[in-house]
Amino acid sequence: MPVAIQCRDLRKTYDGKVEAVCGLNLEIEIGECFGLLGPNGAGKTTTIEILEGLLEPTSGKVTILGHDWQTNARELREWLGISLQETRLSEKLTVRETIELFSSFYRQPRSSDDVLTDLQLNEKADAWVGKLSGGQRQRLAVATALVGNPKVLFLDEPTTGLDPQSRRQLWDIIRAFQRNGGTVLLTTHYMDEAERLCDRLAIIDHGQLIAEGTPADLIDRLGGHHVVEFSVSGNSDGAKLDAWRALPGVDSVRHDDGLVCLNVREPHRTIPALLDAVHNQGSQLLHLTTRQASLEDVFVRLTGRHLRED
Amino acid sequence: MTVSQQSPPTDHLIPARPMRRNGRWAGFTHLLIARMKELKREPEVIFWVFIFPLLLALGLGIAFRNKPANVTSIAILAGPGADRAMSLLEPRKSSIHAEVLDQSFALQSFRLGKYDLVVEPDGNGGFRYRYDPSRPESVLSRAEVDDALQTAAGRKDPLPTTAVTSTEPGSRYIDFLIPGLLGMNLMNSGMWGIGFALVDMRQRKLLKRFVATPMLRSDFLMALTSSRLVLMIIEVALLLGFGVLVFHMRVLGSLLTILLLGAIGAIAFGGLGLLTASRAQKIESVSGLINLVMMPMWIFSGVFFSYERFPAIVHPLIRALPLTALNDALRATILQGASLASQSGRLLVLVLWGGISFVLALRWFRWT
Repeated sequence: MPVAIQCRDLRKTYDGKVEAVCGLNLEIEIGECFGLLGPNGAGKTTTIEILEGLLEPTSGKVTILGHDWQTNARELREWLGISLQETRLSEKLTVRETIELFSSFYRQPRSSDDVLTDLQLNEKADAWVGKLSGGQRQRLAVATALVGNPKVLFLDEPTTGLDPQSRRQLWDIIRAFQRNGGTVLLTTHYMDEAERLCDRLAIIDHGQLIAEGTPADLIDRLGGHHVVEFSVSGNSDGAKLDAWRALPGVDSVRHDDGLVCLNVREPHRTIPALLDAVHNQGSQLLHLTTRQASLEDVFVRLTGRHLRED
Repeated sequence: MTVSQQSPPTDHLIPARPMRRNGRWAGFTHLLIARMKELKREPEVIFWVFIFPLLLALGLGIAFRNKPANVTSIAILAGPGADRAMSLLEPRKSSIHAEVLDQSFALQSFRLGKYDLVVEPDGNGGFRYRYDPSRPESVLSRAEVDDALQTAAGRKDPLPTTAVTSTEPGSRYIDFLIPGLLGMNLMNSGMWGIGFALVDMRQRKLLKRFVATPMLRSDFLMALTSSRLVLMIIEVALLLGFGVLVFHMRVLGSLLTILLLGAIGAIAFGGLGLLTASRAQKIESVSGLINLVMMPMWIFSGVFFSYERFPAIVHPLIRALPLTALNDALRATILQGASLASQSGRLLVLVLWGGISFVLALRWFRWT
């Protein structure tokens, strides 16, 4: 498959000190929905803005659809649709006027009516931007990115701060764009968004790529699709973790917020053994749940931190 | 609402054939239209750009209007001799308004400027004038009252003289004021309309969003400048129209010359606004900067009073300020009908300010 977005050894240092991105390699294929996942301050926005040609990298090479920003900026701008994090569009223009304004910048834009329909903004077409809800504003931001009829769509935290329904609406819009052959690069710190929307993911922390692959791959690599979380009476210090790791079918063990978390391949073998072990210790089980492993578990496993530690 | 389950119509998300093609000037035109719409929908803009200067002109025009027949108000201290002074001044009561008052009240009112002169009978049939030599109307009042008293007391003038009065439109305070207000308004709206607007858009990340599209940056700056020119025409028409209709001002210069001058002024201050806005990230910091740049010109550039009142040694500096050049050129064309060519020196000052600011601004300007 041809490559839509490629970067090699991307680095960005602010003021000669702060390393926001340190040596990132990415390759995103045409037609893919690719997610940059990471906590706040991981370097996601810096990375996406370098790829969008809005920031100069300190070093490294970026290629978009086979072209680079130094020689082909004007063409690339025609091909990309971009929604930045927190752009405040003019409040006293209407939704339609805003879309028309953005469409006037492109050589061959889509019709504003089509875009209004696709983004379900028809009802609000003549409302001032200042009167829109958060979800409507975000859809308008995506509309201004889609009106240029782009081949690649860049979305920086498109659903941050939105209610669940607005998020799903945006997901539908992104999927529809992708179904028609578009390539999507988005950043998010929502696990569920990354899992549902993205074909492939790069998990970024402190400006570095710490894992890359399909959501299922990443969870696989964690070893064990299931997570068993429990707590027992009495002390549960670090030494005991080894005892839990020795249980049958356990891949890894960690402490998390007073609970013991086991990554488990076969819960039907592990859980009876766990119950026996607790009984033999003479302690009591205070809490026990099992669930499917998620990207959150991958992230915690890789970094020792949760994604959203505010 | 059932939207969560329903997929939007997607078949034409990427149409096989684009719906339309944009020409070279589509971006510029839309940017200009959008800017004009935004301004029109902003009541504050309408007030500060259009209404405020008219209110200022109206207020100052009324306060400093020429009194119909130069009446001077004087106080005569109560006591022996006061009645004599009143009767001596009686023949001139159309130009001298006299009141008899007790000493403390008269002196206090004189200090506050209610009376131009205090006449104190000296008790021996003569009078003592108390006046303020730093107030022109006080000096005039003393001469006028002295003349009236001496004539009424029987002085014979050796030389017969007569006088006729002449008050031409063009020499009144309002005639001086309107071109100055026009210049000041062009400065204010240029600095705020360009400088503030740009930093506001930068702070909202709208500039960054725009440069993420194929929009030509030069189109954007041209559209912003053009919106200033459209406003400039309205500003000139309103202020001059107001002066003509309300104060019967006479506009001697050609309207085209005045508009050209206005355009050069608007663009020069637009350049200055662009420069002040080239780096600032927050509207608070650019507001301070704009006021800092404009403050000296409010004071020195002869908006409300002639800069001739400042020591002659600083006049060359004052004339090098862009607002001084604009005000002087506007006064010369509006009040004296001067041609554009005769104002070339002042135009050069404006063009240099605007041009140098513009070049520096483009070098430093931050879109993100």
